[in-house]
Amino acid sequence: MTTAESQDKIVKVVELKAPVARVWQAITNHEEFGEWFMVRLDNPFEVGKVTTGNITYPGHEDMEWVSTTERLEHEKLFVFSWPPSAVDPDTEYGEDAKVMVEFKFEPTELGTRLTITESGFSQFPESKRLEVLRSNTEGWNIQAENISIYVSG
Amino acid sequence: MSAGSVNPAPVFSALGDPIRLELVSRLSDGREHSIKQLADGLQLTRQGVTKHLNVLNEAGIVSREFVGRECRFTLLPESINSAQDYLACASAQWDDAIARLKLKVEDQIKGSE
Repeated sequence: MTTAESQDKIVKVVELKAPVARVWQAITNHEEFGEWFMVRLDNPFEVGKVTTGNITYPGHEDMEWVSTTERLEHEKLFVFSWPPSAVDPDTEYGEDAKVMVEFKFEPTELGTRLTITESGFSQFPESKRLEVLRSNTEGWNIQAENISIYVSG
Repeated sequence: MSAGSVNPAPVFSALGDPIRLELVSRLSDGREHSIKQLADGLQLTRQGVTKHLNVLNEAGIVSREFVGRECRFTLLPESINSAQDYLACASAQWDDAIARLKLKVEDQIKGSE
């Protein structure tokens, strides 16, 4: 698996030894999705519709799942979005603010190449704040390390 | 939520203010500072600075200690490191989820062979 990260997105590319049809089913069927993502989803993924549920990951059961299905192109592409307010409920976001999660399916000799892209983090005001923090405080990381040593020492 | 194991929102939100960023910057030497020292040169009353320091304190970014009658603040750098790790954390959670997905789809194929 390969990973690419930037301030705005996470990209995961994974080779699966299973045919596209099987991988498609495991990701777009809401019950199967819930098994590996560790979320109990109330209703299926349907384009333009909202899917709700609860995270089942131990220790995070109080977290709600809210997603809107954006695209479902059979065995090719599945895209859903979630509102940034799900992460940071205290901040007001624009109506259009959304984090996109895209699953791209490609057949390979071994089975399936799955590319997962989560993007839109730059809409989070906190990301901008961190940029401000980084750019305004020269040598911040080195300082933080030094302080860590200082505080733990 | 892909980044469930860290909730950086209070830290992010506390840092979302130029005065508080400046205070964090002044505290980044790791030493204890009095409100008077921290307020020096800022266009703010002592009360105003105290209010901002209390926000940072509630978010776990600074600690507060009374030395005699004086209140002193110290930066807790771990809180900010954890906020910077947010994306890395979201990324790691995808890795976990993908590992479970891999097991799920590949095991079932083996089972049907």
